[in-house]
Amino acid sequence: MKDFIRIRGLSKKFGNFLAVDNVDLDIERGELFSILGGSGCGKTTLLRMLAGFELPTSGTIEIDGVDVTNQPPYERHVNMMFQSYAVFPHMTVEKNIGYGLRKERMPRPEIAKRVDEMLELVQLQELRSRKPDQLSGGQRQRVALARALIKQPKVLLLDEPLAALDKKLRERTQFELMNIQDELGITFVVVTHDQEEAMTLSSRIAVMDRGQFRQIGTPKEIYEFPSNRFVAEFIGTINTFRGHVAAKEEDSISVDSSEAGVTLTALGKQLVEEGQEIEIAIRPEKIFISKEKPDDGDAVCLPGVVDDLGYRGNRSLYRIRLESGKIVQVSSQNRRRSVTRFLEWDDRVWISWRPRSAVVLLD
Amino acid sequence: MWRKAIIAAPYLWLLVFFLAPFAIVLRISLADPVIAQPPYSPTYSPDSFTFLLTDKLYAITYLRSVVMAAGATLLCLLLGFPMAYGIARCSPATRSMLLLLIILPFWISFLLRVYAWMGLMNNYGAINNLLMWLGVVDQPVQLMYTDFAIFVGLAYSYLPFMILPLYATLERMDLDLVEAAQDLGASRSRAFWDVTWPLARPGVIAGCLLVFIPAMGEYVIPYLLGGSESLLIGRVLFDEFFVNRDWPLASAVAVILLLLLVVPIVLLQRYQARDQEGTA
Repeated sequence: MKDFIRIRGLSKKFGNFLAVDNVDLDIERGELFSILGGSGCGKTTLLRMLAGFELPTSGTIEIDGVDVTNQPPYERHVNMMFQSYAVFPHMTVEKNIGYGLRKERMPRPEIAKRVDEMLELVQLQELRSRKPDQLSGGQRQRVALARALIKQPKVLLLDEPLAALDKKLRERTQFELMNIQDELGITFVVVTHDQEEAMTLSSRIAVMDRGQFRQIGTPKEIYEFPSNRFVAEFIGTINTFRGHVAAKEEDSISVDSSEAGVTLTALGKQLVEEGQEIEIAIRPEKIFISKEKPDDGDAVCLPGVVDDLGYRGNRSLYRIRLESGKIVQVSSQNRRRSVTRFLEWDDRVWISWRPRSAVVLLD
Repeated sequence: MWRKAIIAAPYLWLLVFFLAPFAIVLRISLADPVIAQPPYSPTYSPDSFTFLLTDKLYAITYLRSVVMAAGATLLCLLLGFPMAYGIARCSPATRSMLLLLIILPFWISFLLRVYAWMGLMNNYGAINNLLMWLGVVDQPVQLMYTDFAIFVGLAYSYLPFMILPLYATLERMDLDLVEAAQDLGASRSRAFWDVTWPLARPGVIAGCLLVFIPAMGEYVIPYLLGGSESLLIGRVLFDEFFVNRDWPLASAVAVILLLLLVVPIVLLQRYQARDQEGTA
């Protein structure tokens, strides 16, 4: 498939600060693509360059085969939903939604028809003549969405689309957004700092740090196969064990780790040298916890003591202290209904995982 | 108890210092002038008003005052809007610096500042000297004692009253709104008229009222900078009171001036209230 958005060598400097650093990115038509990163990582600057509010210091942006790098925002077939929603406070819901079409000088009856369609899409028919200050946050968000979608843009940019909503509403809106995107087939580019949001929404995610992408991939790839330490730690929680490569076998490696206290095996497709210092990373939910040593020759098994535990309803979180003093986080599903605890503080336990569950991190 | 007292305080203030004096002025305007102490009769007569409304000279003076004040207000708006806009877009530190500069002239007596303009604008003042030195003119231009001088004086003196309310509304405005308009296909200037201007309107209205109202009744600036024949209503008011000692006529002039000012304010307020109800 031909790349719909092509970004090549894009940089943006503010004074001496390099906000976006020589970035390449391809996004396909109809994707729901997320740019995920902490504050100040350059994600918003990148989005603003896509919208046309910032001119790149260098590099090019192509959308649907057209170089838009130096086009002003009002000439691009790109619309944006602002983090603040930026709903015009002096216009009614209807007027807000129809604004973009009025600027195109579309005939009035046509505008009215399209506004009606949009009102239906975001389910705001009853509130059409309200002013924004008479709307809830979620309703304003939908006005902003409809207003940006009515021009049928090639790309819709969403800056932290759900950050201003409370948790329950956020979850519902996530799915609404996905449905709308699916229905209209418009390419969405979402900027967010919320990893859960990015994971749920996106077909692909780019993890950004200090102006550069650290990894681009599907949510599964990013979570299960982080390619570096930054990504592994940014997305979810992860336990890491530092060590040296002791031996390389056909498709696995042995790693001596003083933190773990034993030799760890991991599947290593990566190019590692013997003696190289690497990290083995394992997600909390990939670790099993048991009172007896598990009877599984392949599994990596480590003894430890329950240092702390927390009940979260659907799952329990444990902090297990190994003999080396290293704390390992373990998360386990509470499958059975029970009032008594399976484990107590200071219980001696075994933690174990399959070698294929662990990730080798090189940096 | 305290709540009520605090709410009542401003009303009491208005009652004692605005409504009561106005009632007195209204009472005097309905009397006949007499040579006595106080110089008005205890009887009632509409003579002052009929005189005012039949003598063309007063109508012309009112009209001139409205035109001058409106002109000065417009001038203040044209100068003040870009300034307020610029200040609102600066970094917070620069903002307070610039606002201080706007307010700074208030630390010097108003009279002194008007005198300074006399020094600048007279035939051998700084402006004429500069123009002659540049070779733009070979003879001094008559600036002083013209309507132009009054405009300059009014605009200069009242500019801060325009800038401050404008700044207050522009500073609160979300810049995303302008970008959203551009994003939806509005050019920069279109976005200004669609978004910035309507949202700045409360500030524009407040600023215009703050300039127009005092400019209407302004006495000192036309007196010092304007010519002897440039009659404005403030001057007439002063002369009727202190030169002719015709208190009822002077009071009638004041009452009509007040009506001229109150009517547009009420209209504006009604307009604003309707604007906020959301039935646009």
